Amino acid sequence: MADFTMPSLGADMDEGTLVEWLVGPGDAVTKGDVVAVVETAKSTIEVECFDSGTVGALLVEPGTTVPVGTRMAVIDSGAEPPAPAPAPAPAPAPAKPTVPTSELQAAPGHTTTPGGDAVSTPLVRHLAEQKGIDLSSVHGSGKGGRITRSDVEHTPAEGPHRVKASPLARRLARSSGVDLSALRGTGRGGTIRADDVRAVSAGPPSRTVESREPARPSSATAEPAYPARAAIAALVSRANREIPHYYLSTTIDLAVAMAWMRDRNASRPVAERLVPAALLLKSVALAARQVPELNGYWKDEAFVPSPAVRLGVAVSLRGGGLVAPALADADTMPLPELMAALKGLVSRARSGRLRASETADPTLTVTNLGDQGVEAVFGVIYPPQVALVGLGCVTERPVAVDGMLTVHPTVTATLAADHRASDGTTGARLLTAIDRLLQRPEEL
Amino acid sequence: MNRDEALVLIKDVLTDVVPGADTAALAPDENFRDNLEMDSLDFLNFIEALSERTGLALPESDYPALNTLDGCADYVASRTSVK
Repeated sequence: MADFTMPSLGADMDEGTLVEWLVGPGDAVTKGDVVAVVETAKSTIEVECFDSGTVGALLVEPGTTVPVGTRMAVIDSGAEPPAPAPAPAPAPAPAKPTVPTSELQAAPGHTTTPGGDAVSTPLVRHLAEQKGIDLSSVHGSGKGGRITRSDVEHTPAEGPHRVKASPLARRLARSSGVDLSALRGTGRGGTIRADDVRAVSAGPPSRTVESREPARPSSATAEPAYPARAAIAALVSRANREIPHYYLSTTIDLAVAMAWMRDRNASRPVAERLVPAALLLKSVALAARQVPELNGYWKDEAFVPSPAVRLGVAVSLRGGGLVAPALADADTMPLPELMAALKGLVSRARSGRLRASETADPTLTVTNLGDQGVEAVFGVIYPPQVALVGLGCVTERPVAVDGMLTVHPTVTATLAADHRASDGTTGARLLTAIDRLLQRPEEL
Repeated sequence: MNRDEALVLIKDVLTDVVPGADTAALAPDENFRDNLEMDSLDFLNFIEALSERTGLALPESDYPALNTLDGCADYVASRTSVK
């Protein structure tokens, strides 16, 4: 028996909203399977389970907001199947009273009342969820008005009375004046997702020249169009208020690294090719291990180094905004794996479905604005981290080699670091380590 | 594959890689990497999908020819046999 609890998906997360279960009672799960979708103030995240076994009771209903650490489901690690209708333990912060079926006869007051909450088991709720049925509209034929599995199975799945929508979708709809009942949800059971609201409130996120005009003034409300923007605003304000930043910059000759990468890519199918960003990230991760003074957190007026390197990668989102998910163990991951992980990370970040393991706090973040064509970026540190590495575009520049002027591909690497935790000499060691590592690309 | 078929396929791949991309608004000789704000991973995804759909190897040295709709269409049409 193991508990599946609301995970902490970032240092600043206190609570999360369960958006949907991707498993039901009786389903077999393996460690690492994505079992639920949780929404935080910043984004929607797919949460993996950390145990293998059979899903027992689901203790929290979709749409419920619970604190981090709350038991959300029970996973039976034994081989025996769960009881057909497991009695759920009372949810810690239930939105509405949940009555275990075994107590129904002793609690006659809890029968179904019109418009009130229906009495049902998790299995039945899961079925209803899958079919998109609002249980409060179902007449229970079981004892004490209990809704049985067959009641749900015989209810037509169309026309739910209550609009099913994720909390983020509701918030977006409110701020942009969208009528949820007029929308068609693309989520499970027809649930309206944030993307569905964005699609009608902003039109398709077209990325042609025209759409690069200043963001549409969304009916001049003070509330940001994207709640994620408010989270970013709070974070960077805190960073600039609390962290005394210092900045370093160096230009790195990439002739060797780019020639090595070109050679390597020439003999490989597209799926196995590398991009310069993969080499740069790997060298930053290795450098972070060599300069542990910059890899970790500032906590309680002191620096706490991290034994592992979780490299945050700042990913810009289509339509605006930014997330910095983490590549775990980027320093020990072979380059091809890091490349594959990077591709998956960026695509999941942009589709708004990061995995919980990717939202674990990074120990050092990299922002790569090279693709946007700028030469250098001096960033804002993500608290409680103490450094941020910025990478500009890989560009041809004149360089002196053996007293002769020539032209090589180069990149400008910068460091923004927390002066409370380190001094310039330490920061300089990180940048020179990155340079040194990139001169031996075959060892990355 | 003729040039028109190639163009349809290329736009299709672009729309897959860049959700919401308005390929109809792209000028044929315009660098779509810039216009659609594609980063190097987006472009690699495009090359990967194009390679899958056409069966072409698309070596890295040919990437500069694959920045525009015209360039891509010419490249694909000239290298795939007419069926």
